Amino acid sequence: MTVLFGQLFTGISIGAVLLLIALGLALSFGQMNVINMAHGEFIMAGAYTTYVLQQSITGAGLSLLVALPVAFVVAGTMGVLLEILLIRRLYARPLDTLLVTWGVSLMLQQLARDIFGSPNVQTRAPDLLTGNVAVPGGLTVANNRLFILALALAAVAALTLALRLTPLGRRIRAVVQNRDLAAVSGIPTARVDRTTFFLGSGLAGLAGVALTLLGPIGPTMGTNLIIDAFLVVVVGGIGQLKGSVIVAFALGVLQATGEYLTTLSVAKVIVFVAIVAFLQWRPQGLFTLRTRSLA
Amino acid sequence: MTAVTPAPPSTATPAAPADAPPPRRPGGRSRLRAAAGFAFGAALLFAVAPLALSDFRLALLAKYLCVAMVAVGIGIAWGRGGMLTLGQGVFFGLGGYAMAMHLKLADAGPGGMPDFMQLYGQLDELPVWWRPFASPWFALPATVLLPMAVAFGLGSLVFRRRVRGAYFAILSQALAAAMVILLIGQQGTTGGTNGLTDIQGFFGYDLDDPVNQRMVYFIIAGVLLALLALARQLIHSRYGELLVAVRDSEERVRFLGYDPASVKLVAYVVAAGMAGLAGALFVPAVGIISPALIGIVPSIEFVIGVAVGGRATLLGPVLGAVAVAWARTALSERFPGTWTYLQGLLFVVVVAFLPGGLASLWALARRRDADSASRRRGWFPTARRRAERAEVPTA
Repeated sequence: MTVLFGQLFTGISIGAVLLLIALGLALSFGQMNVINMAHGEFIMAGAYTTYVLQQSITGAGLSLLVALPVAFVVAGTMGVLLEILLIRRLYARPLDTLLVTWGVSLMLQQLARDIFGSPNVQTRAPDLLTGNVAVPGGLTVANNRLFILALALAAVAALTLALRLTPLGRRIRAVVQNRDLAAVSGIPTARVDRTTFFLGSGLAGLAGVALTLLGPIGPTMGTNLIIDAFLVVVVGGIGQLKGSVIVAFALGVLQATGEYLTTLSVAKVIVFVAIVAFLQWRPQGLFTLRTRSLA
Repeated sequence: MTAVTPAPPSTATPAAPADAPPPRRPGGRSRLRAAAGFAFGAALLFAVAPLALSDFRLALLAKYLCVAMVAVGIGIAWGRGGMLTLGQGVFFGLGGYAMAMHLKLADAGPGGMPDFMQLYGQLDELPVWWRPFASPWFALPATVLLPMAVAFGLGSLVFRRRVRGAYFAILSQALAAAMVILLIGQQGTTGGTNGLTDIQGFFGYDLDDPVNQRMVYFIIAGVLLALLALARQLIHSRYGELLVAVRDSEERVRFLGYDPASVKLVAYVVAAGMAGLAGALFVPAVGIISPALIGIVPSIEFVIGVAVGGRATLLGPVLGAVAVAWARTALSERFPGTWTYLQGLLFVVVVAFLPGGLASLWALARRRDADSASRRRGWFPTARRRAERAEVPTA
């Protein structure tokens, strides 16, 4: 029972990290059909923002709190720049966008290497987040993992509310559902795209801040995470957030269980096979928007 | 999602089809030109390069030519078939590991075990799945058939369910990630991060001997030419036209009664077989195969050479792959950081602004006189029109 709970919590915590990363991807992929491989480097930007802020703000707790909004804006701004300079010109060619943003991600990684050096750097976690908290039943869960879970859930809640209730959210949903109709109804789709990209990239920045609590920061930290996050979006289905939420946690639990029963490397293969099998059943992902298009 | 593509179908017809009703150019002449091109390439690879290059440079060229073989396959799957495979490293690695396993076992002698197994695995006897690779009659076909089988398995599952475009690209990349993690995790039987290193002999020939290295180069050059001939036949066959049609409008092909899934599957499997062969020949040329050579990053780097050269042409991928690999060696030795920037820039500039690769410059120059009036200034529309045009085969 203890072991089961422990594995379950590990899985959920892996899922929370995946979710934070995948939310931004789900937004931009769902709306613009764009694969942004540089998303991983926005995570890295968020993490390095935390690192830089800690050089000037001594209190670890305070710097973390400041880092959250700052990283959001830093990563978001990078995303908007990328959108304006490159992605906007490539909307008709999603596969080419993938390669172009991969090139951008290579350059950003090298930039990070030149600025911060190749070796990984470490941030200090606030005392509040270093311990464990006891859960009834003689179990403990790590505080930092709990914090990340809360952050991920808060991000989902905020995003859901924003999409449901605000005028901006209404415009985003309209563009996702039918871009042409939204455009003729007077919605400035180009501007909505840019805003969505800002939000999505900003969420990557938040994920970067969260990841500083789990491990060291390095120039290539985003590369490995990004593929898992894309798998979450592919399996979850585009155009809606709930698919990504469910799949992120499901994949996390599957990964943790597989890791427990076998090894880390075999677990990765199990996850991959499970995804291919799942796509046999639902090739468009868990939830899809019903459209009349053939694709 | 709501892509409206009123593209005229006429632009998607290859220029020199083998048996389409109205050939634009006399088939005999095009065949003659191709034969002359092959003769020229063979002369370059077999006579000029060995005479002009030192042993060291020739060994490097052998390595580049292996990358070029992968590029030929990507050119078929991506350039002609529209399937962006970001996991060719998997097939390259399967071929490479199959060959390296055989060579390691041959080095160890009958009944022997590769050195690393005692070191990391503390194994007393050979794992079961290593045993068949002791026989060259199993290992050599396996270098090609194993990758093809994996590609067939994944492809038939994925294409039947119409998983495509970016979804397929991500899945193929995830396959590369899973394979690398698996290889590293099973260090006792796969050599882990180090891979299979220190390969001494190649079917009884000592690989340290420069004469034998030269022989390996000749084998590689010959295989590359054979693959190019195969690719040309494939591109100019009825199947080749069908593949381009599937790339340009999968639904239209389906409505005409064809099965796009099978068409794509063939291209994907052929590309996998070529990558496997390339991996198998890479091992004697370089003497090592390791996860670092087949993971996500090298897999996507296979693609950049294809993009630079011209993805939909026959020779573009080969020349692009060799050029990029050469530039990498030349630049990364002296300025390692600069090369990474340059590589990133190459991805951005070539793919965004010159989607047809350098081959399209050639085609553009030839067409300039014909329709310069129809081309207007303006950044994006030109690039887009150029993209559509560049993907029309020009050879």
